[in-house]
Order: sequence, then C-alpha cells, then structure tokens
Amino acid sequence: MSNEYLIEVEHLKQYFPVRTGFAKTTPLKAVDDISFAIKPGETLGLVGESGCGKTTVGRTLLQLYKPTGGRVKYEGKTIFDAGDVPELDAEGKPIIGANGKPVLSKPVSVNMLPYRKKMQMVFQDPYSSLNPRMTVEDIIGEPLDVHKLYANKAERREKILRLMELVGLNAEHATRYAHEFSGGQRQRIGIARALAVDPRFIVCDEPVSALDVSIQAQVVNMFEDLQHKLGVAYLFIAHDLLVVNHISDRIAVMYLGKMMELADADDLMNSPIHPYTQSLLSAVPMPDPKIARQRKRIVLEGDVPSPLKAPSGCPFRTRCPYATEQCAAERPQLTDRGNGHMVACWNK
Amino acid sequence: MTEKMPKKNLFSSQINLSKFTPASEDEKRQKEVMSESTTFFKDGMKKLMRNPLAVGSIIVLVLLIVTIIVAPMIVPYGYEEINNIDGRRDRTAANLGPFQYSETEQQWMEETGESRFPHIFGTDSLGRDYFMRVIYGTRVSLAVGFFASILVMIIGVLYGSIAGYAGGKVDLIMMRICDIIYSLPDLLMVILLSVVLDETLGSAIEGTVFASLGSNMLALFIVFALLYWVGMARLVRGQILTIKENEYVLAARTIGTKPPRILRKHILPNCLSVIIISVALQVPSAIFTESYLSFLGLGVSAPMPSLGSLANSARGALTSYPHQLVFPAIMICLIVLAFNLLGDGLRDAFDPKLRR
Repeated sequence: MSNEYLIEVEHLKQYFPVRTGFAKTTPLKAVDDISFAIKPGETLGLVGESGCGKTTVGRTLLQLYKPTGGRVKYEGKTIFDAGDVPELDAEGKPIIGANGKPVLSKPVSVNMLPYRKKMQMVFQDPYSSLNPRMTVEDIIGEPLDVHKLYANKAERREKILRLMELVGLNAEHATRYAHEFSGGQRQRIGIARALAVDPRFIVCDEPVSALDVSIQAQVVNMFEDLQHKLGVAYLFIAHDLLVVNHISDRIAVMYLGKMMELADADDLMNSPIHPYTQSLLSAVPMPDPKIARQRKRIVLEGDVPSPLKAPSGCPFRTRCPYATEQCAAERPQLTDRGNGHMVACWNK
Repeated sequence: MTEKMPKKNLFSSQINLSKFTPASEDEKRQKEVMSESTTFFKDGMKKLMRNPLAVGSIIVLVLLIVTIIVAPMIVPYGYEEINNIDGRRDRTAANLGPFQYSETEQQWMEETGESRFPHIFGTDSLGRDYFMRVIYGTRVSLAVGFFASILVMIIGVLYGSIAGYAGGKVDLIMMRICDIIYSLPDLLMVILLSVVLDETLGSAIEGTVFASLGSNMLALFIVFALLYWVGMARLVRGQILTIKENEYVLAARTIGTKPPRILRKHILPNCLSVIIISVALQVPSAIFTESYLSFLGLGVSAPMPSLGSLANSARGALTSYPHQLVFPAIMICLIVLAFNLLGDGLRDAFDPKLRR
C-alpha cells in the first residue's frame, strides 16, 4: 500500500439501532458505504443538508462511534476494520477466494490513544464544546496532560501560551472561564485545544456555522493560515457551500448517508454532474443581484425521505428529475468521470 | 469651535460639540478590558450571601456548632453525671426547672458561701443536668446527620456516576437494583436492620474505637448507608445522562481522555451543585430519621442521649415538666429548619436551571 494518503476511508458504515416498536429495532443508516481519502495538508470539504450524516462521518472516522462496517487507515496503517471490506489485488480487483466469494479483510481494532495525538476535531457549537468549569488554560492544557507532553509546569504554561498566540488569543485570557468569551473567541479556544497535540489531521465539524458571518470569515481564514503554517489536513464539514468552496481543495457531496459526488472544488462548483449537486448549487445565494436574477433555480420536488425508510437503489431517485427504473433497482457506485471527478449516478 | 456653531434655535436638540473632548488612547483601552473574572462558585456564593434566610440559617448553625463544642468546656456537669455535691448524690435534684437549684444545693451554697453553676435547662428525672443532655443530644444528632449524609453522598455519587456513564445494560441492571431497594418499606427495614445489627455489631466492635460510639449509632449509619443512597444515586445518574451528551465530553474523548478522568474533570464538577444541594437537604432528613428512631427506642444506647430519645423520655412527665420535651423539640426544629432553608438557598444560588 502506498502512503500517498494520510487518511483512507473504505466502505465506512455507521448504523444506529432505532427502536421502532416493542422489542423491535430498525437500523438507521446514518452513514452507508462511504469511501474517500485525504492527502497530507489537503482540505476535503463535506457538504450536504441537515441530517445527511456529515457529522457522523467525522465522528465515526475518529472512532468516537464504533463503525458498523468498513475500514479506516491512517498513513497506510489500519486503525479500524470491521472485517467486511473485500481485499483487492494489485490491479484493484477483488480477490475471489476458493469458495467463489470475495476474500474479506480481517477485523482490526487498535488502541486509539496514539492516534488521538494525530487526529483531532473542532466542534460545531462553541458554547457546549468547552467545559464551563474549566479555565482556558486547563481546557487547552488537557490534551497536554493526557498525553504527558511536558516535563514541568513552566513548559506546560509556555506551550499553552504559544497555542493561544497561534489562534489569536491574549495571554491574559488564560485564567478566564469559557463563558466570558464571545462565540468566535470560544471557537479559537476549541481550535487551540485541537492543535495542542500537534495533529496532522483535524475534523472540522461545521466549525463556523454557529458564528456570525463577520466572525466566520476570520475563523475560516485562520484555518487556512494554520494549514499553511502547520501543514495539517482538514475534513471540513459544513452546509454553507461558499465557505466550503473557499477553503477546500476537493468537495464531497452527501445525501442520505451516501456520497453523491466528489471532485476538485472548482470543478464541482463550475460543472456539477450529479442532479442533486446541481440543485444544491443553484440554491447558493449570490452576492450579485444581477447574476442572481439570471440564474435558473432548480427546485426539487418533495422532502428528504426518512433515513429509516431510505429508497431502494439510488437514495435520490424519489426526487430526481432523471430517475429511471434502473435507479430503483440498483445503487449507482461512484465512478470516475475524468480528472478525479467521481459521481454516483446512472443517467448523468 | 463655538464660533462655527450656528445660532441655536431654542428647541433645537443639536449638540454643542465644543463640550466634548475625544477619548485618549488610554481611555479607549479601558473599554476593551473584560469584566471581572468570576467563577461559577464565586457567583453562587455571592447569590447565597444575598439571601437573608440562608444567611440566617448559616448563622444559627454556626452558633449551634460553637455552642455544642464550647459548652461542655464551660459547664461543669457531664451528660451522664447525676448531680452530686462533693461526691455525695443530690437526691433532691430530680426534675428541677430551668435555673432552679435543688434544696441540697441551696443549703450547700449557704454553708460555704460559694455559688454553683446554674442548671440552665433544669435537670431530668434522675437529677442529671438537662442542658448538658440536650447539648450532647444535639452533638449526636448533628453527627448522625453529617456522617449519614456523607455516606449517602459517597455511595450515591459512585453508584450513580458509574450507572450513568456506563449506560446501556449496566445502567439498566444497576438502576433496577436501585428500584428494588427503593420499593422496600424503609421504616420496616430500618427497624429490622437496627435490631439485627445491634446484636451482631455489639460483640464485634468491643475494644475498638467504635465501642465508644455504641453499636446502635453504628447500626444507624449502616442503615442510612444501605437504604438512603438510592435517591442520591438516581439524581446523580440523571444529571450525568444529560451532562455526558455535551460536546465537551465528546471533545475530551477525542483528546483521548480516559473515562475516570472524564468523570472527575468534566462530568462531576458540572453536577456538583446538584450534589451539594441534595446533601444539604439530606442532613435534616437524616436527623429527623435518627430522632424518630430514637423516639421509638431504636437509636443510640443509654446513657448517651439524642434529641429523639430525650423527647421520648420526657413524654411520660409531659403534664408535670413540659420544658423537658420543649427543649429537645425546639432543638430538632431549629436544626432541621436551618438545614432546609440553607438547602433551599443553595438551590436558588447554584442550581443552573433556576439561575437568571
């Protein structure tokens, strides 16, 4: 296996049991068979509407939930494998075993503690992601405590102050409590906490959606600066397409727990292929009213189906203007349409 | 500036700019300074101190505690000591009223010309100084209240936090055990346990430090520990179930923090206020339980008095010497009321749901 990628996710599945009757549970397929990979220092944007499983992808990837299926690799080393991923040969074809079925991987589950230093997360809500009973110094210092990253008190303090400076916080704020800060400042504290262990990969779970637009720009720019300085890779989860486009190298679009399209950011914004992406992009507000008036808005019929009763085949077929019988019968896989533009659709 | 101003109309609201000076750099910086840093605890204490009932209760409790510590050093009588003069038993000292001297005492004072320390609350039917008996009874009751509450807190918090944090099947089984204990009729259990433990403990503790406490007192603690932690465990579990859904707990897990540290650093500090309030309200209920057990004759063993047993023994002579019932009853009321008001004050000051 090449180590070209920092993070590789293969056939990741996360089902939550939902009680639907007395002693009866139905799996809610929050994330259903998603594969992607992130290079070192790259930003992958992940967009989709509320409830499509974006956050679950990020959390499952970090093993905060135990995945139902799939494999996660960090720098080529498997950190989780549910044992249901088909093994591939050198050409990328599934290896067929003696019994005629594909050979599956072996289940793996490693101690995550060393990887917690490499993979971190920034949370959506800056108000609930900081413990109200801890000072800023202790919040940022906790990763240092847990991983024992300092020799003495002075070194701990020095590291904390350096982190605070890195995210643009005043050193005199160290002894204050989280509730004394504004949303933007709190998000900076959260970012400093994630950076404390010097990670190579950060899951940013809608880090700016709870902030004012003016603060959003500051925080997004800070994410970019930090990437230039530290070379971290991001999985940037958001539902604001413009923000994602601004920061991402590549963008993935999710719908009902499945990936619809994955392409370079400019490529996806300028020439979306999947009908869902097209309608999503047509809904992005344009700052210029002249362009906005000329644009054709694609309005989808109906609502998002309940993830408990996801449609057969392609999950989007119930609302897709191009849907055919094939869409209901068989689920389209992500296929390369040239230049790494991956689309899961039969008709486009 | 003033010259440039147009002539002001009588009703014009135009501001005369000459009366204003621009803020200096120093003054501008002052605006940026954040408000005084306050912690949750400091803020709560400030609120508590503004509550007159809570402050009154604190004062009453502090006075009570000082009294029960200091009084035995000043008053020359013991709680189990029958009134005597120069080693001779004073047979006339039974059932004296407050500040009353017995005939023998009066005789002795006249003969020697010295004065005797007054019997502030009078004496009981055996001629023991009643003030000292009430003081020691208060000591016993407060000790039972505090230790029982601490026992309840330790067991309840441990049990509740494990059940709440583990969740799932562990939680289910642990909470069903709680339900079973909760459904036992507690008065019956208390009586049965006190009787059984009294017999088995009596011989076991002989010669140890516990012997001075008396097996009945220990039995009381064990009864409290076994039966009354359930409410605390449920409360803590409920709190933890809500707190563990916060993103900062998830953040701690992302960092790699181990569950014991998450509980200690993130979850328990955030339900501490609820625990403190519940302990403060547990103290009067423990004192009350101790009192009625003693009243039923199941509490501490004689000659050690408790407020309940004092009230019980005063019952017989209620018509002749009502003050013997009044003093311990007032003491019980005072303690229970003070703790209840303090608990309410703590809740108003610290409960996050009632704040702001």
